[in-house]
Amino acid sequence: MKKLILSIWNFYADGFKNMTWGKPLWLLIILKAVILFAILRVFFFKPVMAGKTDEQKSEYVRTQLIRS
Amino acid sequence: MVESALVGWSRAQFALTAAYHWIFVPLTLGLAVIMAVMETLYVIKKDEFWKQTAKFWMKLFAINFAVGIATGIILEFEFGTNWSNYSWFVGDIFGAPLAIEGIFAFFMEATFFAVMFFGWEKISKKLHLASTWFVAIGSAISALWILIANSWMQHPVGMEFNPDTVRHEMVDFWALVLNPVAVSKFFHAVFSGWMTGAIFVIGISCWYLLKKRETRFALASIRVAAIVGIVGTFAVMLSGDSSGIHVGKYQPMKLAAAEGLEEGGTRAPFSIVPGVEIPGMLSILATHDIDGYVPGINNILEGYTTPDGDVYLSAEEKMEKGKIALAAFSDYTKLKEVDPQTAAKARQLLDENVEYFGYGYIESQEELVPNVPLIYWSFRVMVYFGSFLLLLMIVVLWMEWKGRLVNMKWLQWVSLLSIPLVYFCGQAGWIVAEAGRQPWTIEGLLPVKAAVSSVSVGAVQTTFFIFVAIFTLFLAIEMRIILKAIKQGPETEE
Repeated sequence: MKKLILSIWNFYADGFKNMTWGKPLWLLIILKAVILFAILRVFFFKPVMAGKTDEQKSEYVRTQLIRS
Repeated sequence: MVESALVGWSRAQFALTAAYHWIFVPLTLGLAVIMAVMETLYVIKKDEFWKQTAKFWMKLFAINFAVGIATGIILEFEFGTNWSNYSWFVGDIFGAPLAIEGIFAFFMEATFFAVMFFGWEKISKKLHLASTWFVAIGSAISALWILIANSWMQHPVGMEFNPDTVRHEMVDFWALVLNPVAVSKFFHAVFSGWMTGAIFVIGISCWYLLKKRETRFALASIRVAAIVGIVGTFAVMLSGDSSGIHVGKYQPMKLAAAEGLEEGGTRAPFSIVPGVEIPGMLSILATHDIDGYVPGINNILEGYTTPDGDVYLSAEEKMEKGKIALAAFSDYTKLKEVDPQTAAKARQLLDENVEYFGYGYIESQEELVPNVPLIYWSFRVMVYFGSFLLLLMIVVLWMEWKGRLVNMKWLQWVSLLSIPLVYFCGQAGWIVAEAGRQPWTIEGLLPVKAAVSSVSVGAVQTTFFIFVAIFTLFLAIEMRIILKAIKQGPETEE
């Protein structure tokens, strides 16, 4: 089992180490992830019902739907 | 009542994000199959040329994938922030397919993608080939779940509304998965990806021919892509035909809008362009019977009876039932703790009218008619460009087979310049599907104005323009990286 995990680890490690044109793509993916999760998600896309329990969410949407 | 500006900007933002997402998805679906076929040829023929050919298209596949990855996650952000009523109301119907997709996509991408890109010299040819095919199949299956969720919004099945939780609860998983709308939508979307991949490969290969370089590579790529594209286009036509039947049955207003059909009937005509029609063609497309009855916009609003005697309610009648459902929902909520007996009656009334729940929010029947010119022309862009691209692929394949393509500069130019057309085709198809469903988020159950969150219009406008900037930037980056890779060319030996 340990040998299998080690060989999988080496497979990925070698792959990343020997990457040529793939490196800028990974940079792009990381940059995008930062923009999405550290900026947009945190500052612009706070879920409206974040922090509410399921009961509170039901109540909130009920009020919204009946009021609409 | 929410502001119409809020609904408009929320819709615009979602449409922008979804349209951007759909730039990358079809190319992923199509290129995956094309490179898998090329690698299969490498394994069968044991010719290094096919390995290098497959590797080049894999490189473009990876660039497209890297830029496209996570664009779908933005849609999920928007569900929680701008469409919170909708997100809660749909309950586990949406959650289950998306969770399956997330888990499945993660394992697919973490394993087979890695093997495909890192494993060329480390595993056997056959195992590598299997990984490439798993990437192709896995990409399609990954699209399946989001399309099941989307199809449920077009034709909700397999659920029950629970007024206690204000959520729809899944009662029949297989009804959801085997929803006829989902089946045809899945094949239509996936095979349209084959078309996109094929036109992309043919166009880029023709650029090499125009530049008089990589000739063997370009001609071989064209051959594979054109065959995949032609097969894909016929499958798109078959699934589109099935989709037409479903739209006629479950979303007749969308069909009437796509045709600009005000008054329907039997032997309904198909409009080529305004004023030019093929008699009876729409009846054939929508019912597979020239005498089939197709209702027009006015018939749907006023109510109609088919020649078979089936009676369909008018908009006013549906709105009345919707208001009853909404009032019963309100009464049940107020009374369930204090007067269980009256609450039970309200619950029964709600259950009897729940299929018209969304009509309770509709104030005038005009709201039920989507943007007819937009749907009408989008449908024609999809069909006419799609037909042109099919013809182009047949001509290109024929000329390649005859050995004449290499000298036909005009055809090479047409192929190169046709790359944007396949994207217009795909985007137009989604406009028909989504704008044609208006005013509904979930057909008949929840209009967009009730689905939207109570957030400020300014906040939605701000994020809309942030997205425009970010999307433009990333698209420019992708174009730059892809163009650089294309200019560099494959590592094949001529």
